[in-house]
Amino acid sequence: MLSKAASQALNRRRRTRNLALGGVLLALVVMFYLITIVRIGLTS
Amino acid sequence: MSVSDATSETIAPTAGLDAGGDVADFWALLKPRVMSLVVFTGFVGYALAPGHLHPVLAAVAILCIAVGAGASGAINMWYDRDIDAVMARTKNRPVAAGRVAPEEALTFGVVLGIGSVLVMGLALNLVAAALLALTIAFYVFVYTAWLKRLTPQNIVIGGAAGAFPPMIGWAAVTGDVGLPSILMFGLIFFWTPPHFWALALFRSGDYAKAGVPMLPVVSGARETRKQMLIYTLLLWPFALGPYFIHLSGPLYLAVAFVLSALFTYYAVKVCREQTDKAAKQMFGFSLVYLFALFSALLVDHALSPWWA
Repeated sequence: MLSKAASQALNRRRRTRNLALGGVLLALVVMFYLITIVRIGLTS
Repeated sequence: MSVSDATSETIAPTAGLDAGGDVADFWALLKPRVMSLVVFTGFVGYALAPGHLHPVLAAVAILCIAVGAGASGAINMWYDRDIDAVMARTKNRPVAAGRVAPEEALTFGVVLGIGSVLVMGLALNLVAAALLALTIAFYVFVYTAWLKRLTPQNIVIGGAAGAFPPMIGWAAVTGDVGLPSILMFGLIFFWTPPHFWALALFRSGDYAKAGVPMLPVVSGARETRKQMLIYTLLLWPFALGPYFIHLSGPLYLAVAFVLSALFTYYAVKVCREQTDKAAKQMFGFSLVYLFALFSALLVDHALSPWWA
């Protein structure tokens, strides 16, 4: 059983990681969008 | 005491429970300082390549090189967690210190490695993707898993992994591997032994404790100093070569000559003085040397229209 402080620290770490992961996923979406647009432009 | 004995005592017991490290730990898994050198040399390879690449695709290529290098670092930290925990220089790495679970580090590295190669292949070309895959595989399987614990020549052969990035940057633009990119590969390849052996000279106790057969541990400091000087001399043709194949102009030649002379001076100093201080100076200058040499390639290339 985790103490309250340990539990809060754990939750804070998880929240930060989830936010970072969300940011990375968003960046990937933007990157794939840009790659697609650029490559379509190059081939046409 | 064997490495595994030492490890069982040193790895923090939290590993695996909620090893979920924070974002900084995952960032550290990517070995950001190594990554910065890889990104820079990869960028120079891209910038010097003939032809044009859309800025978005260029950014994606550099990102893939960075992520691929980071993935190799994460897998390396997963595999080497036992010896990392023993050495003072590496005992605070996230996996060795128990802040990130080994399986998390491995998954992180494998996902990033495969992802970077796939994106490189889809966005740029197959040659660049294949070279990136080769770089990661070489670092993980040939250097980390095979040579590092087997032979004092580990960083000589394994150094090839760190030498590929300019070749990947070049291939991202041209789709092939030209002589200039091979020269840049050779430059980093022959720079790696004196760079790493300088570090190993003043960290030899650490490597001996971990059972890593670095050259100073196996053959002694005297032989290591001699080998460092030999590789420093072998580096000369690769440092000056870009001028003679018309990849760069007189500015680069002058800078490369001065830097190579200084690098040789430090190697001779290591041989003569036989102190940790001299080895540390050599190690510090080796970093300056590579950054300055590749910077000179870049600046010379940017200025080339003025004296063409």
